[in-house]
Amino acid sequence: MSFKLSEEQAMLRDAAREFLAEKSPVSELRRLRDEKNPDGFSRQLWSGMAEMGWLGVLVPEEHGGIGFGAVGAGLISEAMGRSLVASPFLSSAVLAAVAIREGGTDAHKAEHLPKIASGERIYALAADERPRHDPAAIDASAVRDGNGFRLSGVKRHIPEGHAADAFVVSAMLDGEVALFLVEAKAEGASTDARALVDSRYAADLTLNDVKLDGGALMSSGEAAQKALDAALETGRACLSAELLGAGETAFDATLDYLKQRQQFGRVIGTFQGLQHRAAHLHSELELTRSLAFKALAALDAGTPDAPMWCAAAKAKATAAGRLSASEAIQMFGGVGMTDEFDIGFFYKRAQAAGEFLGDDRFHADRLAKINGY
Amino acid sequence: MSDLDAFRAETRKWLEANCPPAMRKPAVTEADACWGGRNFKFQSKDQETWMRRMAERGWTVPTWPKEYGGGGLTKDEAAVLKQEMRRIGAREPLVSFGIWMLGPALLKYGNEAQKHEHLPRIARGEIRWCQGYSEPGAGSDLASLRTKGEDGGDHYVVTGQKVWTSYADEADMIFALVRTEPDAPKHEGISFLLIDMEWDGVSTKPIKLISGKSPFCETFFDGVKVPKANVVGKPGEGWSIAKYLLTHERTNIVSVDSGAFAGGDPKRVALKHVGAGDDGRLADGVLRADIARFEIDALGFFATLERVKAEADTGQGVGARASTLKYVGSELNKRRHELVMSASGADGLLWEGPEETDGMAARNWLRSRANSIEGGTTEVQLNIISKRVLGLPDA
Ligand SMILES: Cc1cc2nc3c(=O)[nH]c(=O)nc-3n(C[C@H](O)[C@H](O)[C@H](O)COP(=O)(O)OP(=O)(O)OC[C@H]3O[C@@H](n4cnc5c(N)ncnc54)[C@H](O)[C@@H]3O)c2cc1C
Repeated sequence: MSFKLSEEQAMLRDAAREFLAEKSPVSELRRLRDEKNPDGFSRQLWSGMAEMGWLGVLVPEEHGGIGFGAVGAGLISEAMGRSLVASPFLSSAVLAAVAIREGGTDAHKAEHLPKIASGERIYALAADERPRHDPAAIDASAVRDGNGFRLSGVKRHIPEGHAADAFVVSAMLDGEVALFLVEAKAEGASTDARALVDSRYAADLTLNDVKLDGGALMSSGEAAQKALDAALETGRACLSAELLGAGETAFDATLDYLKQRQQFGRVIGTFQGLQHRAAHLHSELELTRSLAFKALAALDAGTPDAPMWCAAAKAKATAAGRLSASEAIQMFGGVGMTDEFDIGFFYKRAQAAGEFLGDDRFHADRLAKINGY
Repeated sequence: MSDLDAFRAETRKWLEANCPPAMRKPAVTEADACWGGRNFKFQSKDQETWMRRMAERGWTVPTWPKEYGGGGLTKDEAAVLKQEMRRIGAREPLVSFGIWMLGPALLKYGNEAQKHEHLPRIARGEIRWCQGYSEPGAGSDLASLRTKGEDGGDHYVVTGQKVWTSYADEADMIFALVRTEPDAPKHEGISFLLIDMEWDGVSTKPIKLISGKSPFCETFFDGVKVPKANVVGKPGEGWSIAKYLLTHERTNIVSVDSGAFAGGDPKRVALKHVGAGDDGRLADGVLRADIARFEIDALGFFATLERVKAEADTGQGVGARASTLKYVGSELNKRRHELVMSASGADGLLWEGPEETDGMAARNWLRSRANSIEGGTTEVQLNIISKRVLGLPDA
């Protein structure tokens, strides 16, 4: 496998960086927060991303996407991380898109994938039920009811779930995992949006005896588990790329500050105590970049070691992203603690993006399991 | 089939036919490896056969030009060869400072006569080299070295002392940094000399390490006559050559046996000594977490090694990024041996005994402490990263 991007991929990366830096700098996140925007993201930006084709990055061309694969989605995620772009990209264009692509029936794919790609509707994956990521812990359950089902349970912490028009829900059916497509407006379904520390929203989805017709079942048993895993792994790799983008940007800001802030009659970047911490952080980010790329490329190649790379990438990106932002605060000193200054946004997002889909501890344990210990 | 695929198929076939089965497992200690040299004693017929067959194809130094004894392979072909060797677990046929350090420096800075004289001998394992950089007064501040070469017309008369010279007592020749221009500024008065260890006035004295082994020496030069033909590059250009060579040394210190964890894989050692619980998982949860975190960093490190090499312009080496690799890789290897010791429990403390437990874990652990000292200390690497990679200013 090569670390080199294809020409198309390099173009996508450049376009994403340019577009998002211009249309959605960090000040945009601040504006959304300060005006208490009920969506927590800009619908206008969302349409712009749709026009660029990015919402269909993981959707095959036959269903209206651009089929750029995980590497493509990772490049967009990385660019989003650089300026902390708030959007349902992860939930809709990554998690739900892959879950439907891998676990939906032909009818589901034909109906929903084009809508994900066009941005016409927003989708989300409702997998977790606990505060800490644990997609295997599923209490939500469906019972058969005539030709259809009745579904109950509480799905929690769905990123941008308050904006979703429909959900892919994991639930137990006949003692096995199953995936259902559930409309947000279905009777008995309700969402409860909460503002998070990173100025974005997550929602809990309560399903109270929701009546579904037979066509709502996407897949069950092994097929459902595989689709769910594929979605989660792709999401983890994309979050790793986002954390990389955020971590590198925070680090660049720190480096600039080290070269400019004066104390004791010289710039603080001359102090070896700070130099060595910066050099260490640089090394951690280098490892993160390599792992994120390996994970994304392994997903596209479909190699059996993809889960191992995804676990390693998400673990490292979580730790390095957090370190980058926390070192930034420390090295900026007092200004680093002020709300007026952007670095706090990076610290907060690193914590949230680190937690979603499993933090460094979760993935260290998973890696051990994958590697047989 | 692409050319590369054809090359792979051919290579696979050749390796299958030519790599003796006994050479299809990693070298565990430094002594298991074939170092070559005038006085080298092969450990086995297989070791000798393997080295000679590979040398014949130039595959002991796959990317060197054929005219200098190399394989003339492209970077991609060399990567395929490496993958195919790893596929059957084949060990390196020959390891040496000549391959890792001097060769690349000669290819870049040597004249034709020097290249033709020295490179093929390195490739065939005939001459073993050692590195004469450090001195008692010049470690991290290497450019303050004082070994001097006085101008004797067509030769230099070299006098002084080197220290920590790895394998000086087994090497045939030494590449040494010598101050030949006493009046020039610190970094501009150093020359890079090639000296035969058998010449009059050269002597060595072994130093014992904390591991109980004695792989390095003090090296003394007492009025050694070194022909000027043995200066690499121009007189006074030694510092640039030394630094270029160091980037190769640093990348190599950490890439030997990439990923194979020769001399101890923490998870295997832990499963053997601690065992698994009813759930099939390593019974010690904290140790498991520590090993997992180590493995994550190891995956990240080897992926970075691969990436940096892929991104490096051919022939230009990896530059200052070698310092990142050296820093991360050497700290990682120390951590690996700490984990092996911890996972082994008191068994790891054994110093003498039956083959598997004759202090291997402990000796390898002790040896690994040098990783963050040799080839430039961790602190020096962090200094280089700060200044040359991150552009932070000098004090
Ligand atoms: C096993 C082994 C094999 C070796 N083989 C060879 C060989 O074959 N040939 C050869 O020439 N040399 C060899 N060396 C020598 C090695 O390169 C030196 O030991 C190394 O460069 C450090 O020099 P020093 O030992 O004099 O330590 P010092 O330079 O005296 O360093 C002492 C401490 O001070 C720190 N320090 C020094 N300067 C700075 C600074 N500017 N900022 C922050 N901290 C600093 C160091 O990091 C270290 O922790 C070998 C060493 C070992 C351990």
